[in-house]
Amino acid sequence: MEEMDAAVTSEVDRGKAAVQQAVTMGSLETLISERNRYIGKAARLRTLQRQLGQLTPDERRRLGGIIQQGLAQLTQAFEQGEQTLERAALEARLLAETVDVTLPVTQHPMGARHPISVLIEQMCDVFIAMGWQVAEGPEAEAEWLNFDALNFSSDHPARFMSDTLFIDPASEHRIMRTHTSPVQMRTLLTNDLPVYVVAPGKVYRADEYDATHLPVFHQLEGLAVDKGLSLADLKGTLDHLAKSMFGAEIVTRLRPHFFPFTEPSAEIDLLCFVCHGQSAEDPSHPCRTCHSEGWIEWGGCGVVNPRVLQAAGVDSSQYSGFAFGMGIDRTVMFRNNASNLRDFVEGDIRFSRELQGVAR
Amino acid sequence: MRAPIGWLKEFVDIDPDLSIKQLAVRLTQAGLQVEHIDDPAAAITGPVVVGQVIDLVEEPQKNGKIIRWCQVDVGPYNPDGQDHRGIVCGAHNFRPGDLVVVALPGAVLPGDFAIAARKTYGHVSDGMICAEDELGLGDDHAGIIILAPGSATPGDLALPVLGADQPVLEIDVTPDEGYCLSIRGLAREIGQLTGADYRDPAARPAVPMIDGGYPVVLDSPNCSLFVARQVTDLDPGAVTPAWMKQRLAQVGIRSISLAVDVTNYVMIELGQPLHAYDVDQLHGAIQVRSAQAGESLVTLDHQTRQLDADDLLICDDSGPIGLAGVMGGLTTEVGPQSRNLLIEAAYFLPAAIGRTYRRHNLASEASRRFERGVDPDVAQAAANRAVELLRDLAGAHIVPAGTVAGGVMPRSAHRLADPELFGSILGMTLEPEQAREILEESGVQVTDHPSGGWSLTAPTWRPDLADDYDFVEEVGRKMGFDKVEARLPRAPIGRGYTPDQRARAAVVTAVSQAGFVELITLPFIGDAQLDRLDLPSDDPRRRTVRLANPLSDAAPYLRTSLLPGLFDAVLRNTSRSLTDLSLFECGLVFHAVDSQAQLMPTVSKRPSPAEIQQLLTALPDQPRCLSGVVSGQWRPYGVFGPAESASWAQAIWAVEVMASALGLTLSRRAARMAPWHPGRCAEVGVVVDQQFQRVGFAGQIHPRVTKAWGLPDALSGFEINLDALVHARPLTGTIRALSTHPATKQDIALLVDRSLSSAAVEQALIRGGGPRLESVQLFDVYTGPAVDQQHKSLAYALLMRDPQRTLTEAEATVIRDQAVAEAAASCGARLRD
Repeated sequence: MEEMDAAVTSEVDRGKAAVQQAVTMGSLETLISERNRYIGKAARLRTLQRQLGQLTPDERRRLGGIIQQGLAQLTQAFEQGEQTLERAALEARLLAETVDVTLPVTQHPMGARHPISVLIEQMCDVFIAMGWQVAEGPEAEAEWLNFDALNFSSDHPARFMSDTLFIDPASEHRIMRTHTSPVQMRTLLTNDLPVYVVAPGKVYRADEYDATHLPVFHQLEGLAVDKGLSLADLKGTLDHLAKSMFGAEIVTRLRPHFFPFTEPSAEIDLLCFVCHGQSAEDPSHPCRTCHSEGWIEWGGCGVVNPRVLQAAGVDSSQYSGFAFGMGIDRTVMFRNNASNLRDFVEGDIRFSRELQGVAR
Repeated sequence: MRAPIGWLKEFVDIDPDLSIKQLAVRLTQAGLQVEHIDDPAAAITGPVVVGQVIDLVEEPQKNGKIIRWCQVDVGPYNPDGQDHRGIVCGAHNFRPGDLVVVALPGAVLPGDFAIAARKTYGHVSDGMICAEDELGLGDDHAGIIILAPGSATPGDLALPVLGADQPVLEIDVTPDEGYCLSIRGLAREIGQLTGADYRDPAARPAVPMIDGGYPVVLDSPNCSLFVARQVTDLDPGAVTPAWMKQRLAQVGIRSISLAVDVTNYVMIELGQPLHAYDVDQLHGAIQVRSAQAGESLVTLDHQTRQLDADDLLICDDSGPIGLAGVMGGLTTEVGPQSRNLLIEAAYFLPAAIGRTYRRHNLASEASRRFERGVDPDVAQAAANRAVELLRDLAGAHIVPAGTVAGGVMPRSAHRLADPELFGSILGMTLEPEQAREILEESGVQVTDHPSGGWSLTAPTWRPDLADDYDFVEEVGRKMGFDKVEARLPRAPIGRGYTPDQRARAAVVTAVSQAGFVELITLPFIGDAQLDRLDLPSDDPRRRTVRLANPLSDAAPYLRTSLLPGLFDAVLRNTSRSLTDLSLFECGLVFHAVDSQAQLMPTVSKRPSPAEIQQLLTALPDQPRCLSGVVSGQWRPYGVFGPAESASWAQAIWAVEVMASALGLTLSRRAARMAPWHPGRCAEVGVVVDQQFQRVGFAGQIHPRVTKAWGLPDALSGFEINLDALVHARPLTGTIRALSTHPATKQDIALLVDRSLSSAAVEQALIRGGGPRLESVQLFDVYTGPAVDQQHKSLAYALLMRDPQRTLTEAEATVIRDQAVAEAAASCGARLRD
């Protein structure tokens, strides 16, 4: 009996060693043929199993258990060996599939928005978040809405043909809007009060076309008309816009100025966000963002002139308002260090691609 | 306006503790923006003194030049034991006895120009006799500076004598503050802003005047006051003194002659433009009137001006002798021989002067001041000041009799009902009493109004103060807007962007993310571009809106298509070696429409509803378009394979991308339309109630058009009416229950007529297959030997699925057969064996 016990044990050990050897060889083929040999139908342990009938019931039960156990151990060993070999084979195959992950993958060159459009969207988003609306108006506009209603006298120099593009015949009083401000009047004539709107868009001037002038450029206009609005609300609103666009540290100032449609009027200046005004005092460190002036002129603004409210039929004893407007192209110029306005409209794809992808 | 501090100090006691920069900040805060501080003295160090030329010897040099070896007395700066210094000088405009400016060794002039004793032309030159430009005082290098005899003593510091020891402020004066275009106005503002004492130069005691001066007749409402004073026996040899020349140079005015310099000097000092006439050339009474048709005038610049009936003229019996407030006439010009002068100080209507100088393109210091409004009450003081200066500087005799034609309209009082307005509009804590004090300091008379509030009378020099808010602004300026405390107003709860705005943004985002680069181009076109687009004469894109004053005669219209701008961009990029292009622009195009002339209603009240309607809409049709072009390679040659050329297909795909951003399914049909290739042009639209509604076109550009523009051959593009596309979008949608059962796929090949559009076959299959035909995908189009000439084979993959259960193969085949049957019935398709 002990002989048989020893035979089972040594057969199990040999089987385990065969698994080990096949794994070391890295051969799934060997493993499979060894598996047939040790646990297949013709395996030695199976033969012993079949011979159990010759033994006493007690012996049969005991030795049968030992053989069963040995077979289970071998089955597990072969399964583990197989898994190890398969994992290694997959690893080898995948390594063989290695690519150069730094290869160019572009199928079609990326598109891009124009920096002007991106900036307009960004500025509008700030106002939308405050509950304002985005208003719109046509570019070919009624002269009355562009000038008269905004308190430009009939002799105001801006109305001369040297400044304003007129639609032929000029006697019919249609012009290309010279600012986005006619949208103010359109809004007041068509909306209920209170009104809080911004209006971005193209504006036209009979201006020369060079590195610092465009006959067509972009503005963002703002108008709020409500009860109790003052210069303080204007300053708060513009400060908020400036912080949204140039960071919380930005310093602004309102500087008294003159516009026909606001009274009091001001210009909003930004303390240069690059040199913080220091280049103005220190000629040895010039600043290209503010041209070493320290302050950057950003736009015009003021309290809506009651004459404008009157032309729209708004009771200025009940309502007051404020308005502002800034050049988008100019803002891109100083914000992104663009140097030549011609590039804005000449269509070189590299211009739009410069700021690709990120709203900045 | 350039304002020399030294000149200002004559009339205002500027606080000596206030630095020039602090003063500049204070002025800027009050709306008088100091753009630049010009301080030549700051660029000069070391001794620059007055010297007197004692003797000079001219010494010709080998190079042909003649230099002067000068002995100059510089008082205490003479070398020990001597009464002069030896200096070599190249200029010849001086004589012994003249007072000159000498930079001594140790001085450093602008541009780091260090002066030292140096050996030159055989002498030791112990300093330099200076010209204007060497001191940074101007650009005159014609000769050295010669000071007026007796104006200084040798050894005096030169810069104070020249008036150059004080900086000059360059101030941007806004159009409403015409009174600050004078030393008088600025000095007044500085006095008020810094609390310094101010003396009005117009209030100086003047030489008396009696009636009976030169006859003047005012014959136009555009001139309300004309003051005339005369002088006789002017010394024609008298020259402008150095101090006056220096001040005029500081404000940017060239010295011309004593008489002209005096009028300019008074204009800068008091703000009143003056004109001087040679009395001996005047014929009879002066008349101020409007021009008559056909009249002309030769102005001082020798130009013959054809006059407009709106021009205001100064005339005498000979006819026009001056364009009022703009430029004098040649016949009465003051010349070197003029002995007897008449000085005009008038008040002209600002707008009239503005119109005239623009009409004749004659902007000047005078016309600019008249346009912005001159203090009418300063005319007489200015005329007096001018004749006094001519008396003092040229020995002229002042004629006691003068003329004041017309008069000064007194300012009417304005009632301000609510003095709390100042604080509430400025957004500052401001007591009405504080505002009252400021206004009074500004020269406004403030009295209590019997009906409550205040009665405000603005001074004559402040035509800008008329309405409530003008006075509010005046108080704000004087307080400084830096006192405004920021506050964020609360807008009513908003709804964000409008649905149309969101839709447009989605389209633009989609097309740019599909690989297209957004451009903005100038929207002007001309006939040449329209011709090159091959547009027939009746094409709606030839119904252009023309500009009355186009920037270029070659492009007098507003664009009716975005394609010309994109074509030009393709050319520009191509010329810069950028040839693989996918471009788009989103913007308005303009179509002329028949409409009535625009209205110009009164601004004193809200227009009527009908007027509003016309104001808002009697304009060109201005739809927003989104157009694009593709050129060169869509996908460049590279590691992933050969290049793929851009074609009509990508152009149409871009349109599909745009539509898909709106959840919109577009229809397409073949079309013939300029500027597109007749066989490769898709008309794109939506089908509403079985009606095709066009939103635009896409395809390849006609080769004739690309050739005419010089564009790459296979250029393709699209032009979409974005407004129409956005309006066609579904406003909402349904999400159907998702079937969890597997789908069954069957492929078919259909033989159809070669000219039939695949879209028609696809529509038929969808109709026939019914709701369980989930998708129809065309995967092959075959023409070739296996199919006869009249037909093509279209291969489709059909995917069928039932919402409730798994379809059997037989059930799927029934659906397929129904689809094919419909294609057969409506398209003549038959299943290919």
